[in-house]
Amino acid sequence: MKLEIRHLTKSFGGVRAIDDVSLTFPSGSLSAVIGPNGAGKSTFFNLISGAFAPDAGEVLLEGHDVVRRSKTERMQLGIGRAFQVASCFPSMTVAENLMAAVTARLGEWGNIVRRFPPPGVRERAGEVMDLVGLTHVENVKAAILSHGDQKLLDIAIALALEPKVLLLDEPTAGMGPDERWRMIERVRRLWDQRKLTLVFIEHDMDIVFQVASTIRVLCYGRVLAEGTPDQIRNNQAVIDAYLGKEEHAA
Amino acid sequence: MKGNRRSGTRETAIAAVALLIVLVVPFVHRSPAFEDFVIRLSSMALFATSLNLLVGNTGMVSFGHGMFYGLGAYAFALMMQMTELSLPVAAMLAVLFTTVAALCVGAICVRLSTDYFAFITLAFQMLIYSVIISWQSLTGGDQGLRGGLPRREIFGFDLASQLHLYQCCAVVAVLGLLALRHISASPFGQTLRMIRDNESRTGFLGVVLWRARLWAFTIAGGFAGLGGVLAALFVSGAYPELADWPNSGQAIFAVMLGGINSFLGPVLGAAILLALNDAVARVTEYQGLVLGIVILIFALGLRRGVLDFLRVAWSKDSQ
Repeated sequence: MKLEIRHLTKSFGGVRAIDDVSLTFPSGSLSAVIGPNGAGKSTFFNLISGAFAPDAGEVLLEGHDVVRRSKTERMQLGIGRAFQVASCFPSMTVAENLMAAVTARLGEWGNIVRRFPPPGVRERAGEVMDLVGLTHVENVKAAILSHGDQKLLDIAIALALEPKVLLLDEPTAGMGPDERWRMIERVRRLWDQRKLTLVFIEHDMDIVFQVASTIRVLCYGRVLAEGTPDQIRNNQAVIDAYLGKEEHAA
Repeated sequence: MKGNRRSGTRETAIAAVALLIVLVVPFVHRSPAFEDFVIRLSSMALFATSLNLLVGNTGMVSFGHGMFYGLGAYAFALMMQMTELSLPVAAMLAVLFTTVAALCVGAICVRLSTDYFAFITLAFQMLIYSVIISWQSLTGGDQGLRGGLPRREIFGFDLASQLHLYQCCAVVAVLGLLALRHISASPFGQTLRMIRDNESRTGFLGVVLWRARLWAFTIAGGFAGLGGVLAALFVSGAYPELADWPNSGQAIFAVMLGGINSFLGPVLGAAILLALNDAVARVTEYQGLVLGIVILIFALGLRRGVLDFLRVAWSKDSQ
């Protein structure tokens, strides 16, 4: 599903967190959004997923403007997201987390007649668990999962909602180098298997340049550059604003 | 979690056995004190367990749950005194009335964040208490509704007899608890736990948060009303204290004492609290002081309710 952003703007107080951003993510693409801290990346995701309403601009899903739709409606239309800090249900097991998500997806969350989980839900949750590789911790409470598995569970919850467009806010945040590569490899496989339009925020430039087919650079709420990894690598503005500084810091 | 139909059958079986035992006791040995205790427990258990649907399941701490207990009692007693309705009909109408009242109060309260929610439920309780106290012509004011309840019979049972009241209360309480258990084990119950665990993510899954909370509040209010009906039967009338805030506090104590994460925790808590009340009242007039100390010991010593504590200890043992 094609995701198109037109002239999106959002201010907090006097600060323009997102300033007239227009971007297109073609159906089935795998793109990275990068940028220094405070560039507006997470705000950008919040605007697309409907967590906040923008001040101006459009969010088009397959050509239809969804900017006035609630986050629930956007979820139903196929926009899914995972969070920078893994967001799951700590007192429930992995299986229960996913069954709860599938139940919500089926619109059965308000049902008081049946028992949880409704028929068929366990199977669908099982498929998602297989897909992301969490079956071995099926009956472990989310609260005591490893950090990496919590991030995976967060993504799995998003997948249980059967998104067409999936936004991943730093899927590798807080992970060691090896774990990062394993995680991003899994993400790539998901993208491939589910034919998703996948957008991810990432700080590790090696991963970004290796994995993403297109890269968008945000800086101070504006689009600084967009293009293939090679184009970005050689873009002077990006080097000045971001890559150069990053290398200094490292 | 495995075989959810089977666990439903198992719960019904446990409830049936428990009910059977309670019903058999008087035929073996008549003890007015015990029967009295069970009657009060059945009312308190429904009250506390319904509150736990909010506190334990959903993470909504209501300080005003007593208003629905009181409303249930007054609605029932008034209908019995002022109309010719039969007891079961009056009881059902009283529960329905309380449910609607909970829906209205909830519609205003549930959108507020935790602290303000607790605060405004308390405010509503005080409002209702004041109305009961000052509307003397209807409610009898601070004297309560006196004059007893007429037509205390249901399907041939005469509830003026302690034994029949005991049997009726036990049946109603067990059925009510089973219904609450069913709700807690339903997809909706799971949704409430999701809200407790992670409200923002629950919203992203397509759950309309305020609607889920409002249903929980309404259902809990209805079952508290049912508890109030039993209380009215027991005291043959209704008193403003039933709707006063210390009564909400009793339910919160019961929930905390018994354990918020176990379905039967509030029932156990209610039993402990009632037993303590009775025991302490016999020894001293400073009931509150003794109760407070006991509750502090529980809270600081176990750091969770009794049943939660036992469950954690049990699962550690079996590992």
